[in-house]
Amino acid sequence: MTRVAVLGAGPAGLAAAEAALAAGAQVTVLDEGARPGGQFWRHRPGLTDPRMQHGVRRFEQLQSALAGAVVHSGAAVWSVELREPGERGGAVVLRAAVGPADGARREAVVVEADALVIATGAHDLALPIPGWTLPGVTTAGAAQALAKRDGVSVGRRTLVAGAGPFLLPVAQSLALVGSTVVGVHEASRIGALAGGWLPKPWQLLGKSAELAQYAGALARHRIPYRIGSGVVRVLGDERVEGAVVAQLDADWRPRPGTERVIECDAVALGHGFTPRLEAAVMLGCEVTGDRRGRFVVVDDGQRTTQPRVFAAGEVTGIGGADAALAEGAIAGYRAAGLAQDDERLHAALRVRDRMRRFARRLETAHGIRPGWTAWLDDDTIICRCEAVAKRAIVERAEVPLRAMRLATRAGLGPCQARTCGRAVEAIVAEARVSATGVTAAGQAVDGSDSAAPGGGDLGFERRPLLAPVRLGELGGADRPTCGEN
Amino acid sequence: MSGARGATAAHGSSGAHGSSGAHGSVEILVEGETVAGRAGQTIAGVLLGSGRVAWRGAQQGERGVFCGIGVCHDCLVTVNGVEGVRACQREAVHGDRVEREVRG
Ligand SMILES: Cc1cc2nc3c(=O)[nH]c(=O)nc-3n(C[C@H](O)[C@H](O)[C@H](O)COP(=O)(O)OP(=O)(O)OC[C@H]3O[C@@H](n4cnc5c(N)ncnc54)[C@H](O)[C@@H]3O)c2cc1C
Ligand code: FES
Repeated sequence: MTRVAVLGAGPAGLAAAEAALAAGAQVTVLDEGARPGGQFWRHRPGLTDPRMQHGVRRFEQLQSALAGAVVHSGAAVWSVELREPGERGGAVVLRAAVGPADGARREAVVVEADALVIATGAHDLALPIPGWTLPGVTTAGAAQALAKRDGVSVGRRTLVAGAGPFLLPVAQSLALVGSTVVGVHEASRIGALAGGWLPKPWQLLGKSAELAQYAGALARHRIPYRIGSGVVRVLGDERVEGAVVAQLDADWRPRPGTERVIECDAVALGHGFTPRLEAAVMLGCEVTGDRRGRFVVVDDGQRTTQPRVFAAGEVTGIGGADAALAEGAIAGYRAAGLAQDDERLHAALRVRDRMRRFARRLETAHGIRPGWTAWLDDDTIICRCEAVAKRAIVERAEVPLRAMRLATRAGLGPCQARTCGRAVEAIVAEARVSATGVTAAGQAVDGSDSAAPGGGDLGFERRPLLAPVRLGELGGADRPTCGEN
Repeated sequence: MSGARGATAAHGSSGAHGSSGAHGSVEILVEGETVAGRAGQTIAGVLLGSGRVAWRGAQQGERGVFCGIGVCHDCLVTVNGVEGVRACQREAVHGDRVEREVRG
């Protein structure tokens, strides 16, 4: 019987587990969360408002399918490794510390499988803004998670800002947990939105009911929605007391003279999502990147460039929960050994292809534009962990990224550049362009490739451990592979 | 190997760790002060619910929750003497002793 391991129990991972079980595989699911559901399903009956949760029926189906699998919750997977054929046949080996998050005496678990589905999802991409380290500034996802999972609001008067349709459910959830939402500020302008959505509005169809529902919620709660607008500074002494918003041009550069102050005690920022690529990178799966970010390369059957390894969900592109579900199902069937033309894959393939087009529209409409760096001051903190200001990064923009990081400590703190990586790359790229006098007019200098020649520099994504573990826990596992960077 | 077939909440709040006090509430000690929360909330959820927004010292000012999902490490606290626990990831257990940390 094929043994399939699934890393991540969000929509993609759960759909993969369900499909692999249906195809007769023996399935093990691991997720560091206290319970399955990923970033999407977090509702807690009795604790949180059910209106915040979509797709509850589908979640119940997936959960009952899980009865046939081994499920490790609270399992921080810190290492994945491919064992080449030879010693007891080839396999994928995962190591996890299982127990309460960051606990001192978690149990060491080793899972061996014939195939792996990586479904590690994404986290928010929040661009740095002067004042963004003040308590009360969170990511949009944090505001959403705290509302959906804990039933609490990050503030009493919350400003939501960034880009993309995700800001809408966040505003709705905040209102449902009792916050006044003083505004939703979408950076994209009407041109980009029209360019993204109008040529093929029917691609919004699958989403339109959901979007209409959010629009209704915004109207009901009297939440102003502004486009071509963003937070350019957060005000306050010891915590958030207000925010400066300004109109943004098509490249997200603030328009001088349009600033105004909005009183609030919380700001929820979300400029997009960054996939969690560590496991794929550790396994040597190919990752491609352009200015929109880097994703795991998969074929039509969601197989990565490592034959035993599949990937699904936000790690392969930001398309939302429905895309993740479809990709997960395909990955699960294929990992369990079904052929690509097996009719059980048909429905999922159709949905995935439609959702991929939706994802491209999303990117065209809401993708990060290079002008955002104009709202930074020289002393704006970019790396939150090590409190590294923009100035320090710009001063060393000419040296190789790795040397710059060692000299400034940017991206070397506990979050391992997960929070600041993209921003640091953008600032370095921009500084290099202005130093060489090349006016990259019209060229997007928002990230990866210009700072990473050839697109091959995975400096920020190559992390020695996938999840935080304590030294003692490494010792407790067999053959610890605390791989060097 | 741990993890039974179909055991979907090996480390959830479902009683095994005695996380819930009476009537779905939990009480934790924050710097010696009793703070009430609801069973199932994370420590960050309990702290925010009690009106606290910052609980860790950093190089410049205080920090609380930023990412909410275990990525940024802004929210670290010491729980029952164990340092470096992400408050946004750890479910509050009745009687937990939570202390602030300073880094930087
Ligand atoms: C904070 C946040 C909140 C969001 N809320 C919503 C929402 O309310 N509605 C919505 O439509 N979309 C939401 N999204 C977007 C969301 O990413 C997608 O809709 C959907 O959840 C993607 O599914 P997925 O299966 O690809 O990944 P996810 O749902 O992100 O699942 C990935 C899982 O992998 C696990 N994982 C990752 N690395 C490891 C490791 N090393 N060890 C163990 N486990 C690991 C994570 O714990 C997680 O549970 C949110 C995103 C974020 C970041
Ligand atoms: S808030 Fe980011 S790790 Fe807890």
